[in-house]
Amino acid sequence: MAEVEKNILKPSKPSPWNDPAVRSMVFQAVALIAVVYFFYIIFQNTLHNMETRGITTGFAFLDKSAGFGILMSLIEYDESHTYGRTFLVGLLNTLLVTFLGVILATSVGFIIGVARLSSNWIISRLAAVYIETLRNIPLLLQIFFWYFAVLQVLPGPRNSLEWQETFFLSNRGFYAPAPVFEEGSGVVVGAFILAIVLIIAIARWAHKRQEATGQQFHTVYVSLGILIGLPTIVFFLSGMPIGIEYPELKGFNFKGGTNIIPELMALLWALSFYTAAFIAEIVRAGILAVSHGQTEAAHALGLRNSPTLKLVVIPQALRVIIPPLTSQYLNLAKNSSLATAIGYPDLVAVFMGTTLNQTGQAVEIVAMTMAVYLAISLTISAFMNWYNKSKALVER
Amino acid sequence: MKKTITLMGAIVAVGMFATAASAATLDDVKARGNLSCGVSTGLPGFSAPDDKNNWAGLDVDTCRAVAAAVLGDANKVKFVPLTAKERWTALQSGEIDMLSRNSTWTHSRDLTLGANFTGVNYYDGQGFMVSSKLGVKSAKELDGATFCIQAGTTTELNLSDFAREHGFKYTVVTVDTSDQSVQAFEAGRCDSLTSDQSQLYGLRSKMSNPASAVVLPDVISKEPLGPVVRKGDEQWFAIVKWVLYAQVNAEEMGITSKNAKEMRGSDNPAIKRVLGSDGTFGASMGLTEDWAYNAITQVGNYGEMFERNVGMNTPLQIARGLNDLWSRGGLQYAPPIR
Repeated sequence: MAEVEKNILKPSKPSPWNDPAVRSMVFQAVALIAVVYFFYIIFQNTLHNMETRGITTGFAFLDKSAGFGILMSLIEYDESHTYGRTFLVGLLNTLLVTFLGVILATSVGFIIGVARLSSNWIISRLAAVYIETLRNIPLLLQIFFWYFAVLQVLPGPRNSLEWQETFFLSNRGFYAPAPVFEEGSGVVVGAFILAIVLIIAIARWAHKRQEATGQQFHTVYVSLGILIGLPTIVFFLSGMPIGIEYPELKGFNFKGGTNIIPELMALLWALSFYTAAFIAEIVRAGILAVSHGQTEAAHALGLRNSPTLKLVVIPQALRVIIPPLTSQYLNLAKNSSLATAIGYPDLVAVFMGTTLNQTGQAVEIVAMTMAVYLAISLTISAFMNWYNKSKALVER
Repeated sequence: MKKTITLMGAIVAVGMFATAASAATLDDVKARGNLSCGVSTGLPGFSAPDDKNNWAGLDVDTCRAVAAAVLGDANKVKFVPLTAKERWTALQSGEIDMLSRNSTWTHSRDLTLGANFTGVNYYDGQGFMVSSKLGVKSAKELDGATFCIQAGTTTELNLSDFAREHGFKYTVVTVDTSDQSVQAFEAGRCDSLTSDQSQLYGLRSKMSNPASAVVLPDVISKEPLGPVVRKGDEQWFAIVKWVLYAQVNAEEMGITSKNAKEMRGSDNPAIKRVLGSDGTFGASMGLTEDWAYNAITQVGNYGEMFERNVGMNTPLQIARGLNDLWSRGGLQYAPPIR
């Protein structure tokens, strides 16, 4: 009896083609092989066809000297550098406008989003007009608007708008004085870095103390004091090793100082203000998602409006805001490739434009460019996921 | 965005349909009933839509002559406007049958792009245009200037060579189309617009106030411009090459679109060979014997093509100069048809 029962309970081992585990493994392996084979065939076919047509392939071009100029570069570049260098120049320009764009779009978006919920009728209407106008006009038109209608109508460099003979604005861009780091300036830079480290330490200590004792600390004022005070003191003690270089009109254009080119300004503004309209709506949705009971409870505990928003509403709203915010950041990064329309030297304009054309190696260059955008997007995504996790509800 | 899509399409096409595209271009053109020809997005004198919205210009006529020779009708051309950046991928992918887009013949383009230049329909050189207010007389005074330039051109490379040679500092504003470069120049974004000299005259005629700009006399490079075909189709290469040669030969022999019909009965054996009343020159290229006759009657000889589009009686007012026949001191010289 016991023998029979044991046999019934123990399932008989099925033949391999009836075993679901084995079967799913086999199907997945077949699918994987098919996909890999498909791409292999495409790759081989492309290579073969390009070879028969006498089109050069491979990445050897990256080491050849480029021989063309680029409007703006964050790293040292001139025409004697390589095509590989033009890739870096373009990439950094793309990252620059993305980074600045994310910061500006987030700041403007949060302000407009909160303003949209303001009980002040005019402020909330103005915010609504901003959102509805900017998010409903195509981005490319907005870039053209800033570039052609706002920045190109400025006077030429010889008649530029100026302030105190220090700052100049013309259709060649915005010129400002630049710091000149002379010998011994490393001490000042060191002091600045030390100040930042100190501030982080103080903030941590203040946070711990508040959790333990409930006592608050004026972190902001102390931090500002350290950030400005420490480098300033070191600057004077070390004999003022950092000078200022003023832009000067020489020949055709300004020389010296720092220059922000109009292409960057137009692209940055258009990207930021456009994306900010979407972020504003996301922020509004996030705030509205926090139940009004939370605000009432905070008021009942004696918190005023501003701390209520800062300590109660926003932290909870962030949980709703962050995931769609990530999409907006990704959009901003990808939309930055519209730069090519106004000649801002981003990755698409420099590398997929000029470099591609001078070398004719479309397949390699387009593949590299797509890989870069994929990498940028995945990095932003990963960072936002990490941030989202740190803000998610921690259940105790 | 459209550009990116074209580019992607081109790449996919190179990868997947390349075998189909490498079949004889002549058969494709005949089967389709029209010639797909890549031209510029609008360059007066070379390829631009005229006031009746028909494509006109020297490069456009070069396409029309090939269509006349191949299909017997100069109007059976589909013009595909391309920016400088798009042109090579469009040719490589088979989107166009030939490229006639003021493209400079260089060593690297001839050898690494899978393209073959068939000849030179315009000898050009790079020049500079500046605002007349600047009072600049020579390109050597342009140290420190900002230049507007079109992306994907030999112009970009020549400028940096020129600057290095003379120890210049310079800034470039690189844009996609020649229209954009004029717009930027007019708005004062740059001090000088640099491009092939013939283009500068064409672009200046597009400005709202052409008199406000001057083209400097300096020529800093050699720019032999000509039609281009895909590598690997010898027959098609020969057709595009010999249609232009036939037009140059016709000018040399005094054959024009007006008199070609009477000249057919000429006793001169060289003329008879060009016009197809003697020999089998068309058949050896897979064409009918009146290939050159059609091209000449419908489009004209090289000189007619030049005068009609860029010559002294056009807004561009370009003298023949280098583009005159070799017998009159120019560079246009065609191997004989025999």
